[in-house]
Amino acid sequence: MKPPPFEYFAPTTLDDALDYMADYGDEAKPLAGGQSLIPTMNFRLAQPEVLVDLNGLAELAYIRPAAGGGVSIGAMTRQRSVERSPLVAEQAPLIHETMPYIAHPQIRNRGTFGGNLAHTDPASELPAVATALNARFRAQSRSGQRWLTADEFFVDLFTTALEPEELLVEIVIPPLPAQTGYAFREISRRHGDYALVGVAATVTLDNNGRCEAARLVYLSVGDKPVEAVQATAALIGQKLTAEAIDDAAEIAAAQDIDPPGDIHASVTYRRHLAKVLAKQVLAKATARAKQE
Amino acid sequence: MNTLHTITVIINGQSYEREVEPRLLLSDFIRHEIGLTGTHVGCEHGVCGACTILFDDEPVRSCIMFAVQANGHTIMTIEGLTPDASEENLHPLQASFREAHGLQCGFCTGGFLMTLLPFLQENPNPSEQDIREAISGNICRCTGYQHIVDAVKIAAAKMEGQ
Repeated sequence: MKPPPFEYFAPTTLDDALDYMADYGDEAKPLAGGQSLIPTMNFRLAQPEVLVDLNGLAELAYIRPAAGGGVSIGAMTRQRSVERSPLVAEQAPLIHETMPYIAHPQIRNRGTFGGNLAHTDPASELPAVATALNARFRAQSRSGQRWLTADEFFVDLFTTALEPEELLVEIVIPPLPAQTGYAFREISRRHGDYALVGVAATVTLDNNGRCEAARLVYLSVGDKPVEAVQATAALIGQKLTAEAIDDAAEIAAAQDIDPPGDIHASVTYRRHLAKVLAKQVLAKATARAKQE
Repeated sequence: MNTLHTITVIINGQSYEREVEPRLLLSDFIRHEIGLTGTHVGCEHGVCGACTILFDDEPVRSCIMFAVQANGHTIMTIEGLTPDASEENLHPLQASFREAHGLQCGFCTGGFLMTLLPFLQENPNPSEQDIREAISGNICRCTGYQHIVDAVKIAAAKMEGQ
């Protein structure tokens, strides 16, 4: 339970960090909060040759209004800061609502917003929520920067579109459209544990109270965030009655997801949870959209 | 690979300078290099909470940080709670744990106390739900938690009176 030896660099500027990433490429791992990477190293499941510690990069720890609305979050912002930010609560309430579900306070004190997303754990809350909110990801390397959508960023199990020499430096959460509600729910065996199933929803109503747009994105049911596209397609143009929501939840659980079974929950149980949670979040998001 | 790094860390108000290998865990540094063995190592992968310390005043798990990352930072361990280690001067949190039987074997207790100290400073009047949520990252195999929750309630009352 001790990590293997590695070379350690602690740059204090982003430029220096990007130089290390460029110089060491595949051998290097960026160290953000370390709340997933260090346990993995303790188990020796990960044995990076080089760690580039990003904790000295104060320039990547910020929460500020994004140009054009919404909120812009530096990748090295602690999860606890995001949880406590009034700006996030106002501009990205779905993120605010989700933060307490992430592990425990001790983990959130150290874990970072960008580190969580770049780790892309299929059981993690933020990738699903970021997908539901159409977050945009800014990746930077020594040779320049590029923007990625959530669909582009999350590639597979623990795999993002980041190149070995790239760092995730910023995440922009766009503002919710008018008359939009949101909700997040998950079921775990104990508070703070990995969720058996979780789901984030947004619902936008038109002026006649019908569903104009909806997103329903699951965690823990696949290798990355899974969007229930057939379920939400069935909601478009509908009055969001309990019946319409039930039908959509049924479609989501039966058709949109292909959840794994393991010792924590069988396939059947995960589908059951997926349906129940979909009903709850769609109903809550709809109610919130009506209050808008 | 085994380049040593010189770090300076303030622990419980005292400054220490040591040379460390990058792979040395902060928990092992505190226990083996500094000799403060009140920080316990349970699971060594960030699940049990026994190794919780205050890092720049915030509770974190010291088994999933490297000692080299503590360079220039301030740490408080369980030993810092009662600097003279005397029974008369127990911190109200410690006294409350004793009063309410908030421990049996005591292995997890240091982690609980380091989690609870900032929690009670921020939430002087916590509800039972608040308390249970605050300690959700700390595992105790003896008490069933009820006596720990009782102890926190007593501690909250004591600390508020101060």
